[in-house]
Amino acid sequence: MNLSAALRGLVLAIAPAALIACGDRNDGAQPPATFHGVDITGVEWGKDFHLTDHLGRPRRLADFKGQVVMIFFGYTHCPDMCPTALAQMAQLRVNLGQDAARIQGLFVTVDPKRDTPAVLASYVPAFDPSFLGLYADEKTTADVARDFKIFFSPQKADPHGHYTVDHSGGVFVFDPQGRLRLMLRPGSTVDEMAADVRSLL
Amino acid sequence: MNGMVRVGFRIALFGLALGGRTAMAAGMDDIAVSGAWARATVPGQPVAAAYFDIASGQGATLTGVRSDASGAVQVHSMTVDGGVMRVREMEQLALPAGQTVRLAPSGTHLMLLDLRRPLRVGENVTLDLTLLDGSGQSTTVRVLAPVRKGPTP
Repeated sequence: MNLSAALRGLVLAIAPAALIACGDRNDGAQPPATFHGVDITGVEWGKDFHLTDHLGRPRRLADFKGQVVMIFFGYTHCPDMCPTALAQMAQLRVNLGQDAARIQGLFVTVDPKRDTPAVLASYVPAFDPSFLGLYADEKTTADVARDFKIFFSPQKADPHGHYTVDHSGGVFVFDPQGRLRLMLRPGSTVDEMAADVRSLL
Repeated sequence: MNGMVRVGFRIALFGLALGGRTAMAAGMDDIAVSGAWARATVPGQPVAAAYFDIASGQGATLTGVRSDASGAVQVHSMTVDGGVMRVREMEQLALPAGQTVRLAPSGTHLMLLDLRRPLRVGENVTLDLTLLDGSGQSTTVRVLAPVRKGPTP
């Protein structure tokens, strides 16, 4: 039995006037949902982005209205956490079945120097063909990361030119109305992430 | 190195047991490696990670790794600190006597740099580990790591 669905049904039954008045069933009338991720509803940052996708198209948040948007900041030379996060996002779409069409996965590179559009075009869709890699020049990348409270710091290159990038993990989730709602922490399971995303659909 | 010093150089090919069970063998009599695997890569991914459990009865130090699949291999520590993932190269990895040291996702791992080929599920990569025992003797242990899709916890 889906308790939140039942509660929602109850609220819908007893408070239609309130709902109509609010014009939004997530504000006020519905008991606050509990999430596995960090509920960041209402923060004054991370409201939009202006980036370019791996096919060269300009992208902003409004392009994905009506979808739950999952956005992860990483880089392709990241051997462990980034592929794990992307694989989790892909598995989440599989788990949500027909709702998958309402979920958009985005990967923003924090390493635009190496992650060219061509690199992103082969890397990102390999996890899920619907996913988009997003990039910008270094300054815009830094601005977007700052706006999303993402810390990133390229480390000194070794003699072969290899370097890693310290960066914040976590997947940000926007609801279909384009509001930033959740930060799914690194270490979350797909089941936890899927439950949170499902409750935003 | 002085020619009188006997350099132990035994190579063990670690077979993969059936059913996805752990591969386990001792190269140097003292070294046991188990559960080796490498993470499959996707197109465009220039690096890969590999993992195993390793233990030394007498204590040893892992000082280097080479692989047939990549131009270089580094041992990386990884920590998550306040939500920030930090990866650092480790010059060497201490294997305290009798303790199993685990290289695993979200922790210490091998990073395969300059991949020569994509890593596909079902293939294997070799990992040649160079180890120093307590008396400074060097040994190489070959580990065969099957390529697997990474876990999606």
